[in-house]
Amino acid sequence: MTRTHENSLRTYLLTRIALAVPTVLILLTMVFLLMRVAPGNPIQAALGGHVPQAQIQAREHRAGYDRPILTQYVEYLKDALTLNLGDSLTDHTPVTTIITDNGAATLELTIAAFFVAVVVGVSIGLVAGRWRDTPWDVGGRMFGIVIYAAPVFFLGFLAQLVFADLLGWLPVSGRASPEVTATLSQHTHLFLIDTLIDGDLNAFWDCFLHLILPAVTLGLVTSGVLIRLVRVNLMQTMKGDYVEAARARGVGERRVVIHHAFRNALVPVITVAGLQLALLLGGAILTEETFNWPGIGFQLVRYLNERDYIAVQGIITVFALAVVAVSVLIDLVNAFIDPRVRYS
Amino acid sequence: MSSIGEIPGTAAPQSPEAEIKTEGPGGVRRLIRQIRSARGVPKWILYSGIAIVLFFLILAIFAPLIAPYGFAQSSSGGVDFPKQAPPSGAHLFGTTVQSTDVLSRVIWGARTEIEVVIVAVFFSLSIGVPLGLLSGYVGGKLDRGLVLVMDALFAFPYLLLAIVIAFLLSDKLGQGIITAAVAITIVYIPQYFRVVRNHVISVREEPYVEAARALGAKRRTIIGRYVFFNVIQNVPVVATLNAADAILTLAALGFLGYGIQPTQAAEWGYDVQRAISDAGAGIWWTGLFPGLAIVLLVTGFTLVGEGLNDILNPLIRYRRVRKPEIPGASPEADK
Amino acid sequence: MSDVVLDVRDLRAWYGTEGDPVRAVDGVSFEIRSGETLGLVGESGCGKSTLGRTILGLLPEGAATAGEIRYRNRNLVTAPPKEVRALRGPELGLIFQEPMTRLDHLMTIENHFVETLKAHESDAKEKEMRRRSLDALGAMGIPPTRFKQYPHEFSGGMRQRIMIALALVLNPKVLVADEPTTALDVIVEGQILEILADLRRNFDTALLLITHNLGIVAEACDRVAVMYAGRIVEQGDARKVFAEPAHPYTRALLESIISLATTELKYIPGAPPSLIDPPPACRFHPRCPSAMRVCSTKDPIEVSIAAGHVTECWLHGPEDEIPAGGEQPLEREEIAVAEEA
Repeated sequence: MTRTHENSLRTYLLTRIALAVPTVLILLTMVFLLMRVAPGNPIQAALGGHVPQAQIQAREHRAGYDRPILTQYVEYLKDALTLNLGDSLTDHTPVTTIITDNGAATLELTIAAFFVAVVVGVSIGLVAGRWRDTPWDVGGRMFGIVIYAAPVFFLGFLAQLVFADLLGWLPVSGRASPEVTATLSQHTHLFLIDTLIDGDLNAFWDCFLHLILPAVTLGLVTSGVLIRLVRVNLMQTMKGDYVEAARARGVGERRVVIHHAFRNALVPVITVAGLQLALLLGGAILTEETFNWPGIGFQLVRYLNERDYIAVQGIITVFALAVVAVSVLIDLVNAFIDPRVRYS
Repeated sequence: MSSIGEIPGTAAPQSPEAEIKTEGPGGVRRLIRQIRSARGVPKWILYSGIAIVLFFLILAIFAPLIAPYGFAQSSSGGVDFPKQAPPSGAHLFGTTVQSTDVLSRVIWGARTEIEVVIVAVFFSLSIGVPLGLLSGYVGGKLDRGLVLVMDALFAFPYLLLAIVIAFLLSDKLGQGIITAAVAITIVYIPQYFRVVRNHVISVREEPYVEAARALGAKRRTIIGRYVFFNVIQNVPVVATLNAADAILTLAALGFLGYGIQPTQAAEWGYDVQRAISDAGAGIWWTGLFPGLAIVLLVTGFTLVGEGLNDILNPLIRYRRVRKPEIPGASPEADK
Repeated sequence: MSDVVLDVRDLRAWYGTEGDPVRAVDGVSFEIRSGETLGLVGESGCGKSTLGRTILGLLPEGAATAGEIRYRNRNLVTAPPKEVRALRGPELGLIFQEPMTRLDHLMTIENHFVETLKAHESDAKEKEMRRRSLDALGAMGIPPTRFKQYPHEFSGGMRQRIMIALALVLNPKVLVADEPTTALDVIVEGQILEILADLRRNFDTALLLITHNLGIVAEACDRVAVMYAGRIVEQGDARKVFAEPAHPYTRALLESIISLATTELKYIPGAPPSLIDPPPACRFHPRCPSAMRVCSTKDPIEVSIAAGHVTECWLHGPEDEIPAGGEQPLEREEIAVAEEA
């Protein structure tokens, strides 16, 4: 890399992070406001009616809910940024523990699903865009549309019917069979990696099988958006000026299509694929419910049902921060790949 | 924050002559003319989408007449319905664990979905589009502030947002249709805002707008005549795709138990959730039919959106042309 | 005199539409010799860009061609596309109008050169390719230190020079330059024209310079062809044509040039005609100040004014082809004010 290349990348990174700060603040403010929409305060809402009023007031005071709202806001921001998220109301687990214990599961699912989405979405999108208005194109588009229209839980339902009941090939619940879970040593909490570290191939296979259905289901649904995007991008890049100029120099058609049209078509895909992460995180909640996958989404639903506002607030805060972090990362990757981005 | 969020290939501003010739309702006339002159693949996509949506609209509107039973009805004429019975003559789609008729629930469910979605999309639109128009045209601090808020909202996983809003509102408003509708409305406002605002900004700098300003046109005229009709070309596409998303969100809320309550109305997502435990026992009809209904309706809306986009969007619109025959005779021949 | 390198006879290029075809090039004939620069002038929309692309076989799918483009004993119109593609680069080159978008932003300049060279010489050695590329760039005034940079790091003028270098690195015999300086400022334009003039001197390249700027033609071209509504209405030695234009259109073009001596704005009334349904017979007759009756009824025949100077205009005959009364001035309504094209 030339020196200017490195410098521009670094400048971009710093600017980008600086820009993320107001976004984080706004998101955190939103979470704060959201949680205050509930009547009274979290503690009242969770425990009102179950516990004598005096106790509630004492707990409110301890938790600081009777202080002026501005003070609470500042406290919340401080806590959020230092990841001091408090303890859950119902089972008193520190929220940070909830995140670390279950975060890896969601991470594993999301990454695997992302991989599936990109592979399926990009390949079908490229084929559809290249051979426009042929059966390949129409078929690819229809596939993308219908698969996106199928809710994750419906696909999960079908998957259960077919793969578990009918064919008995794949498990539909949990991350691993009970025997494996018991013997697993948790280094990273990412089961696939942990089993490899331990060198236990049987356990690896077991975890892998458990991951297939949830990851493929979620990934396929997400691929629908990518198919559409890649296709349209490719149709535009094929008409690009530089494509015509390459042809004028006698560059072979295959090289023109793959090297110029495809590559340029995929550049904006990276950004959108990153934004799909928002879709994925939402979808992960549903997938985890459907397949009993013990991730953060699963926990969130549990705590929502128990009206455990503190846990819910903490989990959502982490989600918000994660989304911003990922978006910065995506922009960085984009800047690395497309030299023009760094200078804008 | 990256500003990607546009539907890929959203229409670029139309040429000024076209605008001048068809001002006012003429803009809509031109839209319709373009749609009717469509051919080939986009035409079929649009028409099949419209057909599907119309089908469900009819189901929704005439549900009381079409559905054999009520959505929570578990007996008829003194006879209880069988529990979890497979499809048969009496119950075309079978019955659920609560002895309700699946077919009826699917039909009534159509009404629920359409109701909520139309209300939500309408309100999202009514708030998002004017805000976008204003923000894009006026610019300055108002614009910057709004953009920051909308971007943040937009970045949030919308299902998560909807769940949290529905959950929080359920204490105030009670769970049900209104809560779900409000949650979905809020979540989709940023979409309209962004698309409209970005478009307004690009149109604002067009030479013909500048010319109009130079000629002394009032701000209201400029926004109303030039900007508005250019911009609303995009809104139908966004609206249909949003309707599709809204149904998925509503079904997701129903699946998680935060949407419509079973006593209020039938909802497809809720039905699929109940059916998941059935799957283990090999009972397929309780989940398959509501699920397929979701897929079909969402596909319908999406097809309409994609079809419209293909037809209206000059960037990807393309007409089939025939290679011409060049006559062998030279034009030097005497006439 | 040097050899004829490109011989075009009665070339037609029509674009298909949903209705009638667009007859962008409708019976064009000319030849270019090696080392010669032929300027092709005309208004926007007269078909000159199409002509340039037709020579290289770069028309889109809905287009049809007829006639002859004789290059090295081959007719490029009827030759199989694969053959024509092989000629693009080493034999035929094309420089485009808008340099800003003609380079792939994801690739360095070096990548562009390697790609071009490898497309035609698959066994080219890296060192050799590098040397040739740097030579070509050096001739354009681009230093070797910038070889590995990305397109967006260059200005418009430099990008155009890179495009020219890319076109020249394979030493084509015929180079088509489609309005190469229209998008550039005057100073850069001068530099580019210098470079193109060098081609003539040093490499014997035949250059077809397409432009709407008569000044460039006067400065840089040996011969000129004036195009109107898909046909060439006059061609000949550049200096002679400008000194004594034969065709009314050429005359009107020259009169409308603005210089420091201009006191009154002259323009050609009316608008360029539709290429889908051009005016019958002589296509210029609706706007021609000297139109005669025959001009609207009979297609003009090409006549030779002087050696190498031809035109198709009834004002120059042939007399025996004009029917009785055809020489009367043409009566027609006031030329309509220009409508939107």
